[in-house]
Amino acid sequence: MIFLKKLWSAVTDLIPIILVVVFFQLFVIQQPFPDIWEVVIGSIFVVLGLMLFIEGLEMGLFPIGETLAYALAKKGSLFWLLSFSFALGFSTTIAEPALIAIAKEAARISADAGLIGNHPTTTSNYALGLRLSVAVSVGLAIVIGIIRMLKGWPLYYLIIGGYVLVMLMTAIAPPEIIGLAYDAGGVTTSTITVPLVAALGVGLSNTIKGRNPLFDGFGLIAFASLLPMIFVMGYGLFWF
Amino acid sequence: MLSFLTDFVQILFQTVRDVLPILTLIVFFQVVVLKQPIPNLRNVIIGGIYVVLGLTFFLLGLEKALFPIGEIMAAQLSAPSFVGANGATEFTWGHYYWIYIFAALIGFSTTIAEPSLIAVAMKANEVSAGTISQWGLRITVAIGVALALAVGTFRIVTGTPLHLYIMVGYIIVVIQTIFAPKKLIGLAYDSGGVTTSTVTVPLVAALGFGLSNAVPGRNPAIDGFGLIAFASLFPIIAVLAYVQITEWRTANLIKTRQ
Repeated sequence: MIFLKKLWSAVTDLIPIILVVVFFQLFVIQQPFPDIWEVVIGSIFVVLGLMLFIEGLEMGLFPIGETLAYALAKKGSLFWLLSFSFALGFSTTIAEPALIAIAKEAARISADAGLIGNHPTTTSNYALGLRLSVAVSVGLAIVIGIIRMLKGWPLYYLIIGGYVLVMLMTAIAPPEIIGLAYDAGGVTTSTITVPLVAALGVGLSNTIKGRNPLFDGFGLIAFASLLPMIFVMGYGLFWF
Repeated sequence: MLSFLTDFVQILFQTVRDVLPILTLIVFFQVVVLKQPIPNLRNVIIGGIYVVLGLTFFLLGLEKALFPIGEIMAAQLSAPSFVGANGATEFTWGHYYWIYIFAALIGFSTTIAEPSLIAVAMKANEVSAGTISQWGLRITVAIGVALALAVGTFRIVTGTPLHLYIMVGYIIVVIQTIFAPKKLIGLAYDSGGVTTSTVTVPLVAALGFGLSNAVPGRNPAIDGFGLIAFASLFPIIAVLAYVQITEWRTANLIKTRQ
């Protein structure tokens, strides 16, 4: 029963896409779909993979990550709290599936366009470097978010400051990296990062007097979408 | 079938490397910093194996299904034989309307079904003491993402600079922030991050790359990106607007009752 429920929730992620694509194929395009069986098998893999992945996270990683975040927030050592926050942002971003996929695709496109070398080592280094700069920026974003919560700074000051920095970086970054950098902001915050970071935020605002977990817990994710844009543009300056 | 197998083994090794940092982090903090044994060690190990296997299957499926679907749909909907079906030979942005409709539908349908958005909508309903309806918020965000992808594909077709759109979007967000009820600002900002799920991101990215490949004069390295950025920015604007309008309506209601 529980297995079926998990399977169903993974299928519902894909159903809207399948409905729209099938509708377009049947009524708008009306042409044979190339490699249809490979796509069907691939879709089954996506559902199966997502199900196993989330089941594994809920079994092992989330409970221990949440109690850890809570225990560290209560422990009162700023050094360990901030190092944990950084490491949490960094390591969850490295394992983020959407980022792995996008980094690989971006490396392929850059190699096709002749921006980087076409050698497999070069493209995989480029993709890894991209993921590392996003991961470092998410780690830093969480650290800044935690400091904001402790100091009680208003969220929108930092967001608006972040926007200004993004615009300044856009002015100096090479045009080939700008699109990718902007997209990197949206990619970072999905399956793994959000639940663990939210647990950290809620655990922390529960231990500080006068903080409301509902308001202060929000906003950590917003930082984790802004800083990667700035860092990836920096990465572009370094490569091109 | 053999290519599936070699791909699988290759991705499996990379995945182990990708998951290693989280495992190290948790073991280090639990054992060295908190000086406690790991609770439910058996579950953690089995969970770890599930995570690695699941991620491997997902990444493999993504390469065989989600990327191809996005690229094939973009290629078919922007092929000269399809766009010029009514005899046109010179194409302007208006001829690519099916692409905009497809992108908007994908954006709307995936967002309405997004589990993390449902969770955010429930929280927003709680925080606002019921004035913000769950369905109202979900439909608002879904319309935001639909518009985002339609405008994003329009931008790729026309090749206009991405940063101008983003800059205008930021200015709108900043102006809205000044007027929006303070306690819901964080929620609105975060809603940008939750709409772009693990399944939607690769598909939408592939759609952008495929489109920039198919439309004459576009360079995938410069024009192919930006759809995900739009899909993270527009929901913020939509949620801030929705919250603002709800606030006004409630205020008006109270005024007319007095």
